[in-house]
Amino acid sequence: MSPDLGRRVAVTGIGVVSAIGTGAAAFWESLREGRSGIAPIRQIDIPGLKFQNGAEIPDFAWGDDRERSLYDRFALMAGCAAEEALEGLSLPRERTAVITGSCLGGNHFEDASYRELYAERRTRFNPVTIPKIMENAPASLISMKWGLAGPAYTVASACSSSNHAIGQAFWMIRAGLADAAVCGGADATFSLGILRAWEAMRVVSPDTCRPFCAGRPGMILGEGAAMLVLEPLEEARARGADIFGEIVGFGMSSDAHHITQPSGDGAERAMRAALVDASLAPEAVGYINAHGTGTQANDPVECQAIERLFGARGPAISSTKSMHGHTLGAAGAIEAVAALLALRHGTLPPTANFTTQSPDCPGDIVANEARAASVEYALSNSFAFGGLNAVLVLRAT
Amino acid sequence: MPEDLTARVIAIVAKTTHKPIEAFAADSSFESLGIDSLDGIQILFALEQEFDISIPDDEAKKIRGIADVVEGVGKLIDAKQG
Repeated sequence: MSPDLGRRVAVTGIGVVSAIGTGAAAFWESLREGRSGIAPIRQIDIPGLKFQNGAEIPDFAWGDDRERSLYDRFALMAGCAAEEALEGLSLPRERTAVITGSCLGGNHFEDASYRELYAERRTRFNPVTIPKIMENAPASLISMKWGLAGPAYTVASACSSSNHAIGQAFWMIRAGLADAAVCGGADATFSLGILRAWEAMRVVSPDTCRPFCAGRPGMILGEGAAMLVLEPLEEARARGADIFGEIVGFGMSSDAHHITQPSGDGAERAMRAALVDASLAPEAVGYINAHGTGTQANDPVECQAIERLFGARGPAISSTKSMHGHTLGAAGAIEAVAALLALRHGTLPPTANFTTQSPDCPGDIVANEARAASVEYALSNSFAFGGLNAVLVLRAT
Repeated sequence: MPEDLTARVIAIVAKTTHKPIEAFAADSSFESLGIDSLDGIQILFALEQEFDISIPDDEAKKIRGIADVVEGVGKLIDAKQG
């Protein structure tokens, strides 16, 4: 057992913007029903693009006129998620941290601006280009709008960004460095440059996302945001707050191996580190919300790492990316909310679009239909390009 | 012409700052309207686009309100028309 590391940390607010629902209630209903948000991409028409489907948020709109002029789509999504997470809460101004993750920043506006620069030969840029494209815009928006004046910054570790952000916020509260935190991530993915860049990697599915399946065709890009509010458990309990669950452990590692190929060793070490941080034996874990991108490279490596750590009779596994897509810098936060809701409702969301389990992806996969299961502890995995791994351990309240 | 120019400038400033046109007068100061430096650079950008002019940084720093904008923009338009 590790020594007493400090205070227990509760999740007292959650907010979600996703292709399968804006608002935690709608999001959970889709997860429980195994309803996929994958559909033909509508935001942008790119003739000849090798894939047509994505997990978009139709008709997303948030913010007043001034906010919409100052912030790009990803930051507005973050603001929308934060507004839901913070509803009814009063947090200590100078003791609340805001830690967000993003992979792509304000790429919609950046893409449009560079088009004007290169294609239209314009010589004047919109003067809010810099504040609109900076990755930390969500942290700044949330800090300013809700008057949260403690430590605030942004983590960029590709697809692990928001798990790193949540993990750091968790550690800060546990250690007494902050008394509350708003943490999570946001990314808006559907711009010309980003879609062409993913196309060039040859990992995006031409139809849908089938994690852990034989012949899986690849990942599906998604967009969205999720925010969590963290507070010391004892204080939240004392005032009778609605508690969505606890964060009890966080583990990180680097593969130190390859810029795109995962090693498996790093994933295993991150999961092990998270369990050590939580002072938890592997047998206690009942569910893993996997990174589960649906690519040829990720899924076997992740499943085999889980098997090495948990044994052949390990926890139930699902990849909710099969429904909300791979939201990159928002993935960790969206999936942490999914895992918390799974613990709260005693229902494990499925891996949608599931056909036949691939022999190289061992494990107890929750396939196509949600499974009723009373689980106390869950992991939420994020493994990024560049070999940067971050794992959260969550506990039912 | 100056009255037309004043009306056009007010329309641009109002649109850029998301404020109602009625809030502006020909002698309004930016400070009284709560227009900050970030609004200011967006107003300059919008004016440059609208009138196809280039406002030098030194001139931009002197602007305190609508009247300064109208005067400065008027001079730049005159210079352009030669």
